[in-house]
Amino acid sequence: MKQERMNNGYIFRYAAILVVIVAALLSLAAVVLAPYQQRNKDNEKRKNILRAAGLADLGDNNVQQLFDKHCTRMLLLDAKGNVVDETGKAFETDMKAELYNKGQGLPYHLPLFIVEHNGHSISVVPLQGNGLWGAIWGYIAIADDGKTVTGATFDHASETPGLGGEIATDEFQRQFAGKHIMKDNAFVSVTVQKGGITSLPETDRQYAVDAISGGSITSKGVDDMIRNVLGCYLPYFQQQRKE
Amino acid sequence: MGKFSKLITEPLRKTNPITVLVLGVCSCLAVTAKMKPAVVMAISVTVVTAFSNLIISLLRNGIPARIRIIVQLVVVAALVILVDQFLKAFVYDVSKQLSVFVGLIITNCIVMGRLEAYAMSHKPIESFFDGIGNGLGYGLILVIVAFFRELLGSGSLWGFPIVPKAFYAAGYLNNSLMILPPMALIIVGIVIWIQRSRHPELQEKK
Repeated sequence: MKQERMNNGYIFRYAAILVVIVAALLSLAAVVLAPYQQRNKDNEKRKNILRAAGLADLGDNNVQQLFDKHCTRMLLLDAKGNVVDETGKAFETDMKAELYNKGQGLPYHLPLFIVEHNGHSISVVPLQGNGLWGAIWGYIAIADDGKTVTGATFDHASETPGLGGEIATDEFQRQFAGKHIMKDNAFVSVTVQKGGITSLPETDRQYAVDAISGGSITSKGVDDMIRNVLGCYLPYFQQQRKE
Repeated sequence: MGKFSKLITEPLRKTNPITVLVLGVCSCLAVTAKMKPAVVMAISVTVVTAFSNLIISLLRNGIPARIRIIVQLVVVAALVILVDQFLKAFVYDVSKQLSVFVGLIITNCIVMGRLEAYAMSHKPIESFFDGIGNGLGYGLILVIVAFFRELLGSGSLWGFPIVPKAFYAAGYLNNSLMILPPMALIIVGIVIWIQRSRHPELQEKK
C-alpha cells in the first residue's frame, strides 16, 4: 500500500476522481437549489423596495402579496427619462449592467418602482456602486414631490463588519428619511458627511447624513453611488415636477 | 468518554488554537469588532473543522502523501461552498450573515492546521471531536476579544447599547481605535499574557 501511494499513476487517478466527484456534487447542488435561491433573492429585493418606501418591517411570508398590492407600477426609463416599458421587465433589469452600458456610451434603461403608500406615490430607485472590498447596492425612495427622500436601504457583498458593514444597519439607513436631494432647484444629492453633519452649517444638514467612523471608504462609496445613480434619473424627476 | 471530553476541553485552555498554536489570528482580527459576527464565525468554523476533520480522517489511508494539502483544501472548500449553497436556499437570513465569512472560513489556518496535524493520523470519531474542540477554543477567544472591542469601541454588546447616555453627556467617548484591527491583536496579546502567567508550563525554557 505504501509503495502504491507514492506511485504517480495512483496520484493522478486519485486527483482526477476526487475532482470529478467534487465538481459533480457542487454543480448538482447549484442546479437543484437555484430556484429556491432565486426565490429568496427576489423576495429580498421586494422586501428592500418596500422598506425603502417606508413600509414598516414585514414578515417573510406575505412579502410577495404586499409587494403586489403596494408596488403598482414597474417602469423602465430611457436616458431622457421617458417610460419605455411597464410590463414588469424592470424587476429583472440588472442595474450593474445598465450602469456599465451607460459608462460605455451604449444605450441603457433604468428601472424604477412606484410604491403606493398612505396615498402617496413613492419612486424607488435601485442603487449600485462600489465599497471598499466589493459591490454595494441598495434602494432609495423619493416622495412624489421629487425632492424628499422617504427612506433608503443598503447592503454589501464584503464590507468589514463593524466598519463599512454598518451601512446595512437600521441606524445608518434611518438617517436618510426626510433628507432632500434638491437645493434651490439644483441637484445636490444626499452627502454622506465624514465627521458628521454637525460639522456642517445648520441649513445644509438636510442634504447630508453622518458617515460611518472607521468606514470612510465605504461611506464615500455610498455617497458616490447615490449621487451617480440619482443623477441618471434627474430627467425623469424633472418631467414629474413639471406635470 | 474521558478521552473525548478531553479532546473538547483541552483546546479551550492549554492547546488553544489562537493563543497557544497561534493559528487563525487573521480572521480573529477581522470579525471581532462586534459580538454577533464573532459568534457566527465561531459556530461556522466549529462546524467546518469538525466535518472536514471527519471526512479527511475517513479518507486518510487513501490520500497520496504528496498531494495531501491539495486534497484537504478541495474537501474544505467543497464543504464550505456546499453549506453556503444550502443556507442560501433554505435559511437566507443566516446566509446573508455568513456571506462575508465564507472566504475567511476556507482560508482559516485552524481548519488546515487540524487536518494536517490531527485528522491525517487519527480515527474519524476522535478527529470529529478534535475539530469541535478546536472550533470552540477559537470561538472562546473570538468572543472574549469581541466583548472588549464592542464594549469599549461601540459602547454596546450584541448590538444593545450598554454605556448609559449620562456617560456620553458627561464627555465619555467610544474609543474608535478599538474598532480597528490593531487593538484586536493587542487584546489577543493580553489574553496570551494572562494565560501564560497562569500556566507556567506554556512558557519556553530559557
